[in-house]
Amino acid sequence: MTDQLPWPTLRDEERPARVGFFTDTSVCIGCKACEVACKEWNAIPEDGMELTGMSYDNTQGLGASTWRHVAFIEQSRPAEALPSAPDHSGVDVFSLAGQGSEAPGTTPQDGSELRWLMSSDVCKHCTHAACLDVCPTGSLFRTEFGTVVVQEDICNGCGYCVPACPYGVIEQRPGDGRAFKCTMCYDRLGAGQEPACAKACPTESIRFGPLDALREQAERRVGELQAAGVSGARLYGADPEDGVGGDGAFFLLLDEPEVYGLPPDPVVTTRDLPAMWRHAGTAALTLLAGAAAVFAGTGRAGKGTARR
Amino acid sequence: MSSTPTSGNGSEPATPGPWRRRRKGGRRSGRGEQTVVPRAEFTSYYGKPVLNIPAWKPANIAGYFFLGGLAGAGSVLATGAHLTGSPVTARALKVSSTVAIAGSAAALIHDLGRPSRFANMLRVVKPTSPMSMGSWLLAAYGPAAGAAAVSDLTGLLPRTGTAATVGAGLLGPAVATYTAVLAADTAVPAWHEGYRELPFVFAGSATAAAAGMALLTGPTGEARAARGAALFGAALESGATRAMEGRLGMIAETYRTGTAGRFSRAAKGLTAAGALCATAATRSRTAAVLSGGALLAASACTRLAVFHAGRASAEDPKYTVVPQRERLDRRRAGAAPAR
Ligand code: SF4
Ligand code: SF4
Ligand code: SF4
Repeated sequence: MTDQLPWPTLRDEERPARVGFFTDTSVCIGCKACEVACKEWNAIPEDGMELTGMSYDNTQGLGASTWRHVAFIEQSRPAEALPSAPDHSGVDVFSLAGQGSEAPGTTPQDGSELRWLMSSDVCKHCTHAACLDVCPTGSLFRTEFGTVVVQEDICNGCGYCVPACPYGVIEQRPGDGRAFKCTMCYDRLGAGQEPACAKACPTESIRFGPLDALREQAERRVGELQAAGVSGARLYGADPEDGVGGDGAFFLLLDEPEVYGLPPDPVVTTRDLPAMWRHAGTAALTLLAGAAAVFAGTGRAGKGTARR
Repeated sequence: MSSTPTSGNGSEPATPGPWRRRRKGGRRSGRGEQTVVPRAEFTSYYGKPVLNIPAWKPANIAGYFFLGGLAGAGSVLATGAHLTGSPVTARALKVSSTVAIAGSAAALIHDLGRPSRFANMLRVVKPTSPMSMGSWLLAAYGPAAGAAAVSDLTGLLPRTGTAATVGAGLLGPAVATYTAVLAADTAVPAWHEGYRELPFVFAGSATAAAAGMALLTGPTGEARAARGAALFGAALESGATRAMEGRLGMIAETYRTGTAGRFSRAAKGLTAAGALCATAATRSRTAAVLSGGALLAASACTRLAVFHAGRASAEDPKYTVVPQRERLDRRRAGAAPAR
């Protein structure tokens, strides 16, 4: 069964199934093949070559010229939780380094105290996409695949979609002015190909397919991990009842979303738009009523001053 | 081993690091209004913002808000002055509204990444986009305000002029407040979470600015209504600002500190000074001019404060993560027994 979309679209028999990504971060090895494939396929310009000191992450975040971003998080577990904390206090690391791989004791002991989380982030292709809702030109649109895409020949660079996105995905490209983000490789989807990033991923951390099937796979996978004792495993963005109606690109994470730079409870801002208009309407009427009262109270200018 | 991470509990606190910050507990001491008990700490990805920061320029966007407010509320006061026989003030406000709305649109166009594609704003009618609705509103209001001014200045088509004046006066309040919805309809915490009060802040600020313009340009004999409007606008703005900061909880910090804090303190001082001088505006031309200048400056400062508070709240992941985490935890706590 295909996902029922809340927007009008092609007749059911003409419409391809809604597609998406299930990014299983538990198998991500941080190779950044997805980042490279995306840049290459979409001919995205270079956007800075910096060494950040943020583990292996020199990409830093999603933006106009970064549509896939691999996050690296280094976590050390408390020393007392280790089975046996080896004592390295008497080790001369410089002399060991001089001996190269011949040096004794260079193989890590069991139970590494470092936990390395890696996650390939991308536009979520939200069911209720704030970027699309607020775009005044109609440049952002919903494709027949249920994805969200910018039409670069229409975007006038108003920048409204940028603060609207609850995930910090879309951005205006400096020098160009227009907004850019992941298209879920709209061109490749049209040709029956899977997106470049998923194609390049060597571990199948990025899985592409019909969203229904991906959600089932993800449920199975998180169950397996939980059963294996990975109690931190959880799905993020998979719930169609969440604040954005579920993400077209959702994740299996091993820690809280904010650890990966993701908002813990994103809500599409336009959910409150009717209430906003109501409040603005009341404020407008207050302005009108206040002004009317002032003029009624002062009467005609001539009379008003004469009466004093 | 390669596919299953060995380290166990992911809900354990992550590494203490520069990006895992303890929230200052000292806040509680001075101001007693803190209603939400802040979480002891929060996590972020190397302190990076969760949201992308809009490339909007402060002068353009605050200018767009300020001039739109001045124009919209100005048309309301112009209509009142026109209908109650204050012709000098009415004419001045019709002209200032026309100039201001042109300036407001120009500021917005100037801020576009592709200014030459401005017309694409009118490519669709989109109720979910306050910027689209605003563009259509300006397309109706701008010509009305302009016709009102031209007719008044030239004396041509007086009936049409009056109709245009009243039309602009009726659209004016919408012009003065839709920009609050435009700001609030984003993921920016300082704007979105204040969506109930922000339109009232903008309405008050706009009224005070327009009254300031009336005091600045109108004769002393016509200043009574302007004085009333100045006091009404100042009171509405101050009340709404206080209510908004109360609701925002920890996010209200962004209105009190940094650049936004400086502008909001300036706005408050100027509003108070403007209101005070306004009380003498029917007797002293100097007082009227001082009041008008202060109120206009106050309104500009208010818009700059709102702009910078929004930016500060988007730049620090704390304002995105902590309120969402608290909301999520509350919901989970509520749902827990059912599971
Ligand atoms: S993640 Fe952001 S940019 Fe992507 S569809 Fe959702 S709102 Fe739009
Ligand atoms: S910047 Fe472009 S895509 Fe974004 S809201 Fe404006 S017109 Fe739409
Ligand atoms: S789907 Fe295509 S555009 Fe989107 S991140 Fe992957 S490669 Fe880039």
